Formats: sequence, C-alpha cells, structure tokens
Amino acid sequence: MQITPYDPNREPPGLADPVFQVSDLSVFYGDYEAVRDVTMSIGHRQITAMIGPSGCGKSTVLRCFNRMNDLIPGARVNGKIAYHGEDLYGDHVDPIEVRHRIGMVFQKPNPFPKSIYDNIAYGPRVNGVRRGLDDIVEEALHQAALWDEVKDKLKDSALALSGGQQQRLCIARTIAVKPEVILMDEPCSALDPIATAKIEDLMHNLAQQYTIVIVTHNMQQAARVSDRTAFLTADVDKAGVRHGRLVEYDLTSQIFTTPQDERTEAYITGRFG
Amino acid sequence: MTSASAPSPAGTRESLRRRRPRYGEAVIKGVLLVAALVSVATTVGIVASLLPPTLRFFERVGVWEFVTGTTWSALFNPPSYGVLPLVGATLLITLIAIVVAVPLGLAAAIYLSEYAHPRTRKVFKPVLEVLAGIPTVVYGFFALAALTPLLQDHWPFGEGPEVFNALSAGLVMGVMIIPTVASMSEDAMTAVPSSLRQGAYALGSTRRLVAIRVVVPAALSGIVAAIVLAISRAVGETMIVAIASGNKPSLTWDPLQGMQTMTGYIAQAGEGDLPTSSFDYTTIFAVGLLLFLLTFVMNAFSIRLVRKYREVYE
Amino acid sequence: MTVTVRKTPITAALQGRRRPLEPAFRVVLLASLAIAVVFLGILLAYVVSEGWGRLDSRLWTNFPSKLYPERAGAQSAIVGTVYIIGLTGAFCVPIGVMTAIYLEEYASREHWWNRLIELNIQNLAAVPSIVYGILGLGVLARGLDLGRTLITAALTLSLLVLPVVIIAAREAIRAVPGSIRQGSLALGATQWQTIWRQVLPAAVPGIATGTILALSRAIGEAAPLLLLGAVTHITFNPESVTDAYTVLPIQIFNWIKQPEAEFHTLASAAIVILLAILLLMNSVAIWLRNRYEKRG
Repeated sequence: MQITPYDPNREPPGLADPVFQVSDLSVFYGDYEAVRDVTMSIGHRQITAMIGPSGCGKSTVLRCFNRMNDLIPGARVNGKIAYHGEDLYGDHVDPIEVRHRIGMVFQKPNPFPKSIYDNIAYGPRVNGVRRGLDDIVEEALHQAALWDEVKDKLKDSALALSGGQQQRLCIARTIAVKPEVILMDEPCSALDPIATAKIEDLMHNLAQQYTIVIVTHNMQQAARVSDRTAFLTADVDKAGVRHGRLVEYDLTSQIFTTPQDERTEAYITGRFG
Repeated sequence: MTSASAPSPAGTRESLRRRRPRYGEAVIKGVLLVAALVSVATTVGIVASLLPPTLRFFERVGVWEFVTGTTWSALFNPPSYGVLPLVGATLLITLIAIVVAVPLGLAAAIYLSEYAHPRTRKVFKPVLEVLAGIPTVVYGFFALAALTPLLQDHWPFGEGPEVFNALSAGLVMGVMIIPTVASMSEDAMTAVPSSLRQGAYALGSTRRLVAIRVVVPAALSGIVAAIVLAISRAVGETMIVAIASGNKPSLTWDPLQGMQTMTGYIAQAGEGDLPTSSFDYTTIFAVGLLLFLLTFVMNAFSIRLVRKYREVYE
Repeated sequence: MTVTVRKTPITAALQGRRRPLEPAFRVVLLASLAIAVVFLGILLAYVVSEGWGRLDSRLWTNFPSKLYPERAGAQSAIVGTVYIIGLTGAFCVPIGVMTAIYLEEYASREHWWNRLIELNIQNLAAVPSIVYGILGLGVLARGLDLGRTLITAALTLSLLVLPVVIIAAREAIRAVPGSIRQGSLALGATQWQTIWRQVLPAAVPGIATGTILALSRAIGEAAPLLLLGAVTHITFNPESVTDAYTVLPIQIFNWIKQPEAEFHTLASAAIVILLAILLLMNSVAIWLRNRYEKRG
C-alpha cells in the first residue's frame, strides 16, 4: 500500500493570509489521544470541508477552533492553532472572546426554548448590546434566508419551526453575533434533502462574508459546497487504539478528481467508510 | 510556516484577550460554593451540638455503664443510665417493621419492575408516593387509636397487647417504610440490563425464574442498600413510637408491652424545657449521639452499595 | 371462524407445560402491593370517618384548649404551619438551588471537596429528623440563643429538607439538554449567563415540583419540633418570627396524648385538615410536572 505523507509545503496557493494555522495539533481526552499531528490552514472567506469516516476526529478538530473542547473535562490540546497569528490556546486568550468571533452551528438544531426573536437576540444581549436589537434580528434572519418565513411570528416559540428552519435559525443566531468564522458540525445530518439544499445555498451566500469550516460525512456535500477539503481517517496503532489523522488536504477539485493518497481515493470512491 | 507572523488584513485586529474583566463570574462561583458549604456546616453543626454535652454526660457516667447498663431511668430518682432498654426497644420495633416491609416492599418492587404494565405502574407508583408522604404523626395515631384496639379485641392467644405496645408501632412503621424498600429496590432492578433477562429467556426461563434467579441477584447490592436505608429510617423514626409504644423504658423482648426507644426518649426529654446547664439536658445528647452514629454507619454503607451497582451498570 | 389444529407430536411439544407456580407467584406479588394500597385506604377512611363529625369551623376559628374539647380549635396551629411553609421555603429554596447549580454546573468531581459535599448531602438526607431537632436545640435555640421560636423551627426544618431540595433541583438542572448549554456558550455567553438565562428558566418547573414536595415533608414533620418548643400550649397566632408557635402535626400529637375520646376525634379532624393541605400541595406539584412533561 502506498501512503503519501501529508506535506504542508505542497499547500496549494490562496492561503497567503490564513484565518487559522493549525500545526502539529493533537487532542487528548484524558490519556486517550483522539487526534494526532494535524497540520493545515484555513483560508479567509473560503468554505473548508472536513470529511472522513466516523471516529476520525473531524468534529474534535472543529471544536478546537472555538475552544468548545474546553468544556469537556480532561480534554487537552498539544501543538498550536493560530488565529490570525495569535495562539488560540495562549494563556492570555479568553475563550468567551474566541467564541464571539468564531461561531458554531451544531449537528442537531438546538434552538433555545424561547421565541424566535429571543433566540436571535440572545447572542447580542449576552454581549451587552441593548439597542438596535430589532435591526440585528431582522438582518440576521435575512442573511439566513429565514426572514420571509418567520417575519410574522417572531414572538412564537422557535421549537414550533421545522427542523430545517430551526437549523437556519441557529445559523441566524450565530450571524447575529457578527463573527468572522462559522464552524458547522454536520449541520445537515438531521435534515431532509430539501432542507439540506437550502442550507447549502445559504452557505454559498454566507461565504462572501464569513469563513466557514464544515464537518460533514456527506462527500457530495463537501464536493458541492467547499473550496478546500481535508480528509481525515483513523489509524489503529499497535495497541489497538484508534487515533484520528489528517491524510490529505487540498483544493476540493483536486481531492475529488486526483487524490494523492490511496486512502482518500478509496474513501471518495466509496470503497470504505 | 511562512505567514505565521504576517500582519492580518484588518491590521489592527483586536486581540483575543479579555476585553473587560469579569469578576462577577468568580464572585458568583464563590457564592454558590458558600451555599453548597451550608450542608457541610449542617453536618459539622450536628456533631458540634452533640459532642460537648455528651462529653459532659460521660464525665459523670462511665461509657461501660452507659453501654451495658440494663436500666434507663434518667429523669427519675435514683437515676440510672444504662442505654440497653432504649436500644433493645429500638431494635425490636425495627425488627418488626423490617419483617413487614422487606417482603412486601420487595414483592412490590419485583412486580413493578418485572410484571407491571406501564399503566399499572402509573396507578401503583403514586400510591407508594402517597404512603411515603403521610406524616408520621398520622401513622402513630393510627397505630394507637385503630390498630392496638383491633389487636386487643382479636388477640387469639392469652392476654392481648397493652395500650402502648411495640407490636402496633412496629407493624405500622413497617408499612411506613415499604416505599423506601420498594422504590430503591425497583431502581436497582430497573438498572439491570435487559440483555441479562433476554439471555435467560432465551434459555427457556419463565418470568418468575428470571425475576428470582437473574434480576434479584443482579440487583442484590441495590436491594441490600434499600433494606439498610429502611432499617436506618426505622431506627430514626420518632413520632410513631412516641405515640404508640409508650414512654416506659423496659428491657424486654415481649412486643405486647410498652417500651421506649432511643428516639422516644429524646422526644420525651426534649419536650420539657430542660435547663442547658442541667445534667438531664446532656442525656438527650448522649442518646442522640448514639442514634446519629448508628444511623450514620448504616447510611454510609447503603450509599456505598448504591454507588457500587451504579458503577457496574451505568 | 374456527381453525382446527390437529395435534401432531411437534405442536404438542411446543405447547406449554402447566406451570402453576407462575400465576401463583404473580398473585403473591400483586397481593403484596394490594396490602399497601388497602392499608392506605383503611387509614384514610378511618381518619376521615373519625374526624368528620368534628370537621367544622370551630377547628379553624378557635384556639386549642386542654379542658374543653368541644370548644377547642387549631387556629394557632394552622397559622403556625402556614408561617413555617413560607419561612422554610424562603430559607431552603435559594440555598438548595444554589447548591444544586454549584454541584451540577461548576463542581469538578476531580476535587475531593466536591465529592465530599456530594457524599455529605446524600448522608444528610438519611439523618433521622429528630437529630435535626437536637441540632436546632443545641446550636440555634441555645447556642445562638434564638430560643424556642418560629425562626428556630423554620431554620431547623430548612436544614432538614435542604438535601431533598438539592437532590430535586439537581435532577431538574441535569434534565436540561446539554445542547442548550453548548448553543449558549458557542454564542460567547459566559457560564453564568448560560445558567441564568438558559439553564435555570428551563429547570424551573422541575425545581418547583421538587421544592413543593420537599416543603410538604416539612409540613408533616413533628419530631424535631418536639425539642423546639412547639409542644407548649399556644392560644395565640404568631405575629413575628421570634414568637412562640405551634404547628398542626404537633397540635395533633398533643391531642392524641389526651386520654379523652373527644380529643382523639379532634385529632382526626385536624389530621384531615393536614392531609388536605398536603394533598393540595402535591396536586400542584403533579400538575406542574405534567404540564412540564407535555411541553418538553
């Protein structure tokens, strides 16, 4: 079996000013090393997809980008993630501030059990915004292509919306904080194809203003929406323990037409995973 | 690694440093911790209230005399401070209660966990909750005013129970602790993984055999924990015995007689407004400390057992 | 329509053997539960039938009397009970909920002191109620010199039901889905903002249910108050927290101790009132729980 080691110097152009620079990132849960030695950069206002079989650590890596892993007891990070050159895990860094700038949308839509309006206004409110909330809410809903559907029922419970609407509400909620980056953790896995298509359209539009990193187990989705694709997989070491690894990272068109690594090719042609 | 230190396009991008201090978060956490410490202070307070008067008590009464003495007449002349009659009465009444509560409570738990339809459960569970919620003064009244006359009228052998007797108190107390036995045992049985049951059914076991040979043994530590906690509750129960078993300390195994338990004595002595400086006042605390230690050991044992089965199945 | 199955050796083998023990066992189990139900029924029927004749306005307009059972009432006890509910709730709910928040949202189980706090609460939940009476007597009434007053009783009962409130509030907080917390934190909310604006509002119905049940335990509790002066003959309503007081279960206890049958009737009537208050509170708790479960 021929395995091409990932070569960061072979990075394609267009990453001159990356938003994130990940170098030799390893993530531990207690003693267990869930992800090993990931090195990659995330381009400004691009959509970067992370694909791979389940258990390969793609969500784990994603959660490092806004320090959501901090919330898991025993989680620890080795290596470095730089956000515009600033060490994201530096001692001086405030995770709250990080999450203001780097928003996240989760796998299952998780609207708060409040009204649609309060869901969107929540982020600005906790950041101390008191005035102009109406405008913020309207703009966020417009950007998330949800305004026309909900403009007459802003005071209704968000839980009454359909799954796809709820997920767009969660995107709108994230936008309302005016982040620079939006992380999406398998945002369509709980949705039907029509709702999925709407969210994919939305991502294209959002990419003009935001940097998006999306984890997906749906290869077609990665191929449709992303500019770059990272393929991760899980190696089993001598002791039988699985560790996630980055196999290949390239322009999406490259990954899906001429993958350099055998394992990538096997995965995208459906031979495993 | 060429652009790590390159200036960002925004140029003056703000650092990820905390923009304004958030002392509030730390203060809140501190306040919450203080609230949590109230319960620790409660335990400390219990021990602190029990120890000094107890020490004062043992300045005058030998520990050996206290533990082995067979006469308790603390508030009378001549005083005698042998705690065995109080302990004996406590044990006897507890024993009667356990004889009632364990079979009935266990059977109820097996039924609810292994047999009952969800709908049947919806009827029976509230009944057990109501049973657990009835004030013990009501149980005591029922024992004294209803059960004892009933026993006296229909006693089949020889002379019936006295007006105050251990039997009525024990029987009613048994019903009172059924919910403790039943609900904790049921929790333990429900925690037994269904794969164990299915394995036994696959080998042709009947429902009864699965319940008795698979579920009960697998849930045993939880069941034992339930019984130990029920014993502890019976030992600590006050109102039923204060009302139905009387205030006469006597060292006897005859359940038809009146007797005074440890809690019964504390209630009786505590009712009168004994001066803090008096020696009689210290007797409350000496008996109280003994009661606290007994129940503490049982509770700790029970809590340990529950943790153990939770670790195994969860 | 009838289907005749001819008994071949194979179908005969698949038919069950007779197992008389199976239904018998089931009957025994059900009978055990039935005993508890029947006991409850008899107890309630007994108390109501005994007390029914005396269940009139004298009970809540008159004050206790040791001499004239026909004139005696329980007004001071009812008022005392209401005071106790209010004061105990005011003490134990904030402390209990704050402890629950600390344990569920902040405390790391890696620290020994957090494990100790948890273990301690479990143990306190099983400490005999009369031991709390001793605590109230030794520390509050005598140590802090609060005397045998309403405030001593309420503080003692608060400590008594605190573990119950904490355990109930923890369950309610734990039932709030983690996705809500993550969603809030991902928007840059601080931990306390997340708790105050998302977790607590979602947990309020559960906390309320548990709290009401805990308070109803405090209402029925008599043992610790025996040591705290409630047994004294009280013929006035308490007006401040430093007044002497009595409560319903204690008044019932006092009447039970009287030898005359009229006082037992009176006790039964007062028990009906006590049970009615408890029933009311439990109904509110169950109503809250059902409402909450339907929404969730």
